[in-house]
Amino acid sequence: MSKQECENNSYQSKNNANTITLRNWTFAWVITMAIAAFAPKFIWDFNTALTITAMLINLAVGFRMLIANRTYLRDLDEMQQKILLEAMALALGVGLVVGLSYELLEDIKLITYQPEIPHVVILMGITYLIAVFSGYRKYQ
Amino acid sequence: MKNRLKVLRAERDWTQAQLASALEVSRQTINAIEKGKFAPSLPLAFKAARLFNLAIEDIFQDEVETV
Repeated sequence: MSKQECENNSYQSKNNANTITLRNWTFAWVITMAIAAFAPKFIWDFNTALTITAMLINLAVGFRMLIANRTYLRDLDEMQQKILLEAMALALGVGLVVGLSYELLEDIKLITYQPEIPHVVILMGITYLIAVFSGYRKYQ
Repeated sequence: MKNRLKVLRAERDWTQAQLASALEVSRQTINAIEKGKFAPSLPLAFKAARLFNLAIEDIFQDEVETV
């Protein structure tokens, strides 16, 4: 097996292409989310038609991002799939358990502010990153 | 699960990256299999067996003692 053959690794090149596609759709989704969130107030003064259009575009791009993510996951090798599956399971579990308890804190008057969904999303994101990192370390 | 992947690879003077390329997995996965930290699936084990032209049990051995 030559170095050239190694560099032409179909797994690696497919993985790289999937990563770039996922990155591009994620970036597009963030942009459309920002437009849907801020443009009604700062650009078109809550014009209903434009706001609905922005929301629909955001949803469509979001679904396309999900499809890109599914393709990315399916084309990973079995060990990487296992690492990411465990990380996703942990992030979902932490999000559910901590999210519900967090929501309860206001109801039982232990906190005075309104719990926000982004806090749970940030927690899930951090949990996912730590789980992926520790998963790769486990198999090193 | 024990395996002879590292020995077989060394006999052919292949790097982990080259073996990963041949088996269409990541280099990290080859490293984990060689160290016994990750047990490959049956399809991947068959693929390795075909690559080395050996039987699966010549490459991978169960560590549980049989009576």
